[in-house]
Amino acid sequence: MKKILGIGGLLVFVCVLTGVLNPDFVSVYNLQNTLRWTSLFGVISVGVAFVIITGGIDLSIGSVVGLVGSLLAWLLTQKGWSAPAAVAMVLLVSLGIGVLHGLLITKLRLQPFVVTLCGLLLYRGAARYITDDQSLGFGTAYEGLRRLAIGKIPIPGLAADSFALPVPFLILMVIAVIAAVFLNRTIYGRYLLALGRNETAARYSGIHTDRVKIIAYVICSVSAGVGGVLFALDVNSIQPSGLGEFYELYAIAAAVLGGCSLRGGEGTITGVIIGAAVLRVLYNAINILRIPTHLEFAIIGAVILAGVITDELVKRYAVKRRAVRQLAAEQAHKASVPS
Amino acid sequence: MVDASAAPLLEVRQLSKRFPGVLALRSVSLRVLPGEVLAVIGENGAGKSTLMKILAGVQKPDTGEVLLDGRPVEINSVREAIGLGIVLIHQELNLSDNLDIGANIFLGREPRRCGLIDKQRIFRESQPLLARIGLEQSPRTLVNQLAIGQQQMVEIAKALSSQARVLIMDEPTSSLSQHEAEQLFRVVHQLRSNGVSIVYISHRLGEVRELADRVVVLRDGENAGELAREEICHDQMVKLMVGRDVSQFYQHQLHAPGPLALEVRGVRTLAHARHSIDLQVHAGEIVGLAGLVGAGRTELLRAIFGVDPMLGGEIRVAGQSVRVSHPRDAIQAGIGLVPEDRKEQGLVLEMAVRENLSLPSLRRDQTRGFLNREREADITRQMIGDLRIKTPGPEQIVQFLSGGNQQKVVLGKWLAMNPKVLLLDEPTRGIDVGAKREIYRLMEELADKGVAVLFVSSEMEEILGMSDRALVMHEGRITGELQREELSEEAVMNLATGGGRNPAGVSQ
Repeated sequence: MKKILGIGGLLVFVCVLTGVLNPDFVSVYNLQNTLRWTSLFGVISVGVAFVIITGGIDLSIGSVVGLVGSLLAWLLTQKGWSAPAAVAMVLLVSLGIGVLHGLLITKLRLQPFVVTLCGLLLYRGAARYITDDQSLGFGTAYEGLRRLAIGKIPIPGLAADSFALPVPFLILMVIAVIAAVFLNRTIYGRYLLALGRNETAARYSGIHTDRVKIIAYVICSVSAGVGGVLFALDVNSIQPSGLGEFYELYAIAAAVLGGCSLRGGEGTITGVIIGAAVLRVLYNAINILRIPTHLEFAIIGAVILAGVITDELVKRYAVKRRAVRQLAAEQAHKASVPS
Repeated sequence: MVDASAAPLLEVRQLSKRFPGVLALRSVSLRVLPGEVLAVIGENGAGKSTLMKILAGVQKPDTGEVLLDGRPVEINSVREAIGLGIVLIHQELNLSDNLDIGANIFLGREPRRCGLIDKQRIFRESQPLLARIGLEQSPRTLVNQLAIGQQQMVEIAKALSSQARVLIMDEPTSSLSQHEAEQLFRVVHQLRSNGVSIVYISHRLGEVRELADRVVVLRDGENAGELAREEICHDQMVKLMVGRDVSQFYQHQLHAPGPLALEVRGVRTLAHARHSIDLQVHAGEIVGLAGLVGAGRTELLRAIFGVDPMLGGEIRVAGQSVRVSHPRDAIQAGIGLVPEDRKEQGLVLEMAVRENLSLPSLRRDQTRGFLNREREADITRQMIGDLRIKTPGPEQIVQFLSGGNQQKVVLGKWLAMNPKVLLLDEPTRGIDVGAKREIYRLMEELADKGVAVLFVSSEMEEILGMSDRALVMHEGRITGELQREELSEEAVMNLATGGGRNPAGVSQ
């Protein structure tokens, strides 16, 4: 809870600062865009959070986004599939990828880093091979489908040309609610948190830790798949070699910024979404404040580092305070019972 | 024989040390004379290890002083302790097993030539050290090719090479075979005659009787007494260690065994694949499983509980054959396990008392996959009350509880499942005397309620005090069964070391 307040405070701070320095930040157009992109990245960040909670990592997210986006365009424009069939197919592919990762990591005991690093290379290569490395455009034939990514829903009571909610934001909210319920209200969510902290103890308590871990990797890859569909529809013309590149790093960064520990067992869905928002707002601020875009990575890296350092210092302070309080309580107890 | 009036080589005065939640040492004093074997004994949690760690520079005391040759010294690090000639040989060996013997002996202070390690000199200087302790191995042998006993000899050689004057050995025989232990004793005797003082920490009173010139007993972090060579005997030592009449401490009454609850038939474990194991535990019966470390007791419990795969054999619970390939299978059959390593296997330390207590029962109490929070709260409240878990509340992080209360949480996890069979592996390891007594009481209560209790313990008193019946294991086999009236330290030790007693004559 404290973590969410911290990261939420950071989000507000960056927003206010940017808004003051350049009022264009709060223009309807800019807000809608930022919210849309936050939502797209939010989807993949929520996914990776589950894997990070198990103490694992998924480096293949960007390539899954690329593969799913490329496949979708290829199936629709080259193979003439119907939109529902193509979307179902690509999501199935991402689900298969998640199952594969999970099985390799649990049954063969391969390290998540290695498995998903190979995935990163493999799926990117596959995307480029299938499409012959040609960019594919959806053109104007799929306006209905594209509404998933670029559609807007007007807020009742507001004028027609004012702020409207981007559809991806609604998609993210649905996913977030499901994810939060899963993590906090089901036994599987509790199992995830427990095994992320101590897999051995979880197993000794009768939890099928392998199954739970596989579920986490499936959630991650399917989220990347959903993200892939949305990203592809958003840009309308996909580059198999570039779509989704580095997105795994944004997703992981958002999760860590939002309170997930790479040691496992820790993390909240709200935090992760706010984390994704911070990253997008920073990116937007760099553009809108005319900071040289070459600095983008450096600034984002510095902010994340600062966040993690602050978190660690706060944690240490809390430990110290606890020890001091305990000592004081003991001494008070001793003073009240003369020996 | 050592002159008891000689000036002490090492002296500890009024040492105190506090850890979060416990006072580990309370004004403890100790003298080590030149060229003596001083045994330091006490139950788990008596403060032996803490005291030794302070002497070896691993930890610093809160108050009190350490004197060497009559002069106060401050020991801030292991390196400083070694510099003063005080070397601790840990229970778990600290060798780099990918390096050779010579490299291990000189680890951290390698002789150098032109900035590079002078291997020739290492080997040249290792040789006489190895000869001195009777280890017939080339210093070039890799440590991972040595048996445990030989590795321990390397540790001793390492200590000697740094001119150790006081050698502290923490439970040195805990993982040695009988033969290896005897060899160790010879080395100890020889070191003593060379003027090295040895502080010998052990649970095994037989060993202490054989080796020690003097015994210092610690209890609950305090000096409990001291025995001179001629006073050393088993009963005296136990009395000082426990601090009260043993029969009172264990308020054990024989339980009338009910129907068969757990039956193990021909089970083979990974560790001892050659031997198959049969045993039976009845409802309402407490059966102790005794033996030396490495006898295969833990492995047996782990196989029954489905943590490790079984290599053949059958488990029956209440007459029903059960296929166990994962702890969940065992749990569903009504088995619970309080594991050996509470912090690694028993608890998710960073989670709350509530979350730990409910972990095994979440599945049973679920409503279509969702947590049943009311039921969880009920279980938590009930277990905290029934087991008298001392915690500020259900949301307290388990890490911050004392060892005894942590162990109660582990027990509570299983009690919430109403088990038919409860397996306990070293249930009182590392917890204080008061909590120990409560764990015993809980075990008794469970048996009264008809739970079949099978517990592993390396503490003789516990086996003798708590068992309705004891099974003794040696190198993977059950070497004998002792009924309550046949239980004695000698009988158990005999069987535990593979000594004779016809098993056929035991099972009536």
